[in-house]
Amino acid sequence: MRIKLEARGQQSKLMSYASPILAAVLTLICGAFLFWILGKPPLQALHTFLIMPISDPYRIAELLVKAGPIVLCAIGLSICFRANVWNIGAEGQLLMGGLVGSCAALWLLDAQGIWVLPVVLLAGIVAGAAWAAIPAFLKNYFNTNEILSTIMLNYISLNILLHGVHGPLKDPDGFNFPESAMFSDWQIMPIILDGTRLHLGVTFALLAMVGIWVLMSRTFVGFQIKVLGGDERSAHFAGFKEKRLVWLCLLICGGLAGLAGVGEVTGPIGQLVPNISPGYGYAAIIVAFLGRLHPLGILFAGLLMALLYMGGEMVQIQLDLPRAITGVFQGMLLLFLLICDVLIAYRFVIEKSVSKRVEPSISIESQTVAIEGK
Amino acid sequence: MDMDLIANILFATIRMGTPLLIVAIGELVCEKSGVLNLGQEGMMLMGAVVGFMIAFHTDSLIMGFIAAIVAGALMSLLFALVTMHFYANQVATGLALTILGVGLSGFIGRGYVGEALSSAEFQIPLLSSIPFFGKVLFSHDALVYVSIGIAIAVYWFFKSTRAGLIVKAVGESPESAQSLGLSVLKVRYMAIVFGGSMAGLAGGYLSLIDTPLWAENMTAGRGWIALALVVFASWRVERAVFGAYLFGLMSIMHLVLQSFGLAVSSNLLATLPYVATVVVLVLLSRNQQRIKLFAPMSLGKSFHGAH
Repeated sequence: MRIKLEARGQQSKLMSYASPILAAVLTLICGAFLFWILGKPPLQALHTFLIMPISDPYRIAELLVKAGPIVLCAIGLSICFRANVWNIGAEGQLLMGGLVGSCAALWLLDAQGIWVLPVVLLAGIVAGAAWAAIPAFLKNYFNTNEILSTIMLNYISLNILLHGVHGPLKDPDGFNFPESAMFSDWQIMPIILDGTRLHLGVTFALLAMVGIWVLMSRTFVGFQIKVLGGDERSAHFAGFKEKRLVWLCLLICGGLAGLAGVGEVTGPIGQLVPNISPGYGYAAIIVAFLGRLHPLGILFAGLLMALLYMGGEMVQIQLDLPRAITGVFQGMLLLFLLICDVLIAYRFVIEKSVSKRVEPSISIESQTVAIEGK
Repeated sequence: MDMDLIANILFATIRMGTPLLIVAIGELVCEKSGVLNLGQEGMMLMGAVVGFMIAFHTDSLIMGFIAAIVAGALMSLLFALVTMHFYANQVATGLALTILGVGLSGFIGRGYVGEALSSAEFQIPLLSSIPFFGKVLFSHDALVYVSIGIAIAVYWFFKSTRAGLIVKAVGESPESAQSLGLSVLKVRYMAIVFGGSMAGLAGGYLSLIDTPLWAENMTAGRGWIALALVVFASWRVERAVFGAYLFGLMSIMHLVLQSFGLAVSSNLLATLPYVATVVVLVLLSRNQQRIKLFAPMSLGKSFHGAH
């Protein structure tokens, strides 16, 4: 008797939704095991990791604040992935949005008026889109692999940001700390729920969800993107302008990631600092896949990812474990998802030792045995 | 320009190029068998942290390196399992491996940040006292020579062994290879684990010899640069050696420029290796036919025939 994978012959809709949940459950089980190895009571540790971070309204608001930029990036990435454009550069696009948005904010530091914040946000969006335009240009005109170019651009943008915050953008009155001046009230995102840090930026994530949902499921462009990702040759024969679609996907993603970045510096941070993102752009890759590239799925996956970030902080305080445990859970989550996804196209079957499917091979084996027996 | 400076630059070039060379050779073998493993960065980090931890506790560099290799190999086994038995997309699995490696290495290495190893300088007696060439060629640590040995061995492996031919056959057409009675799965397992071991070794080089200390994300994208290097080398060993040292030079360019008294921000200069990687990729991939000609035919595609 052995367990074997058998092709279903068609994609299982049920499994494509069940697989992320299964992956999350497996991650939890492995996480509990991890806590047990580390000498912490597993259930109590999981409680600290996943329940305590959302145990009161203020913390739930914090969860939304963290989920905002992750969901924005993941929504953008989802249309790239749908078009089979492997944009790994949301992190860099986010950082550029934060950096250029901060430049605009510092430039307009003395300006007053309701128009200031939109200008700052726009600067961030444009910067993110411009940063994503580089891999789009290189892919379209030089066939450059976008995975490697976007990864390299992530490292480049981080160094440019560090240059800015250690150099020209450093607060002259800041005692030489690598931080910019604090932004003024006109440049800070308004708080939408008193007593919390929940700011206007979070609603942008919801708007982006709706916008991308409409684009992908109600417009011809969205259809073209899906065809391009499903079968490039069909898209070509149908006369779709592939280059234009690649541009579109990357620019939208860059703009959304840039918005996420500028939303962080004008939102919860309030100034430019060296570490404006704890890897949101990379986490967004996991979120996009976990959410099945669908806006609603991405919302749930983004909330889960934000919870992992908050849980990391919580176990650091409560259990004296490194907050890097968030990264371990992220990695496990994506790996388990990839493993569980096999169930979409395949099913496990238990083969008894005598079954019709294996008969030919058995007969060959018995023949060889017979020959050897002579 | 004085000779001492040139000697120092060349010395540092070789030293910086060595970890890139080791990873790139490992990935090259892996890609020759048709498997694209983007998890280099994660495997390197795991090699770096585990190697450092073991060397720290045993006071033995050799033990550290063995542990680094084992850590890299275990990570690559995970990749092999997920891509070959669960048919997962190689690109996504590689990314997952990197994300897991970054997180796991940061997690287990937390208590070792700031600790230092006592590094032993290794020099070849007599030869290293030759002026100029002694410094450039003969005063490195042992792993520099090991890495060159590995490169030569892999070159010979593909050039004149039957096993090398089998790996290439599997990478070009797994279906034909299988119909000839070759085990695609077994060949790919070995190639993937070799790649993982090399990535682990290169990570160990960074944390045991190059720095020698452990810091989160200390590989700083070298795993990704090595992936670009394999494309740059058009899947040929000798070109990978050349490319590795070229990128080694790029990554010390900021020191070179600063020694000329050029006052540019160190953060901006630190972008040079990444910019160089993009530029090289652009120049190479402009000609798509050329890439197609050299790349293993089945690169990155799942193989379902084994079941």
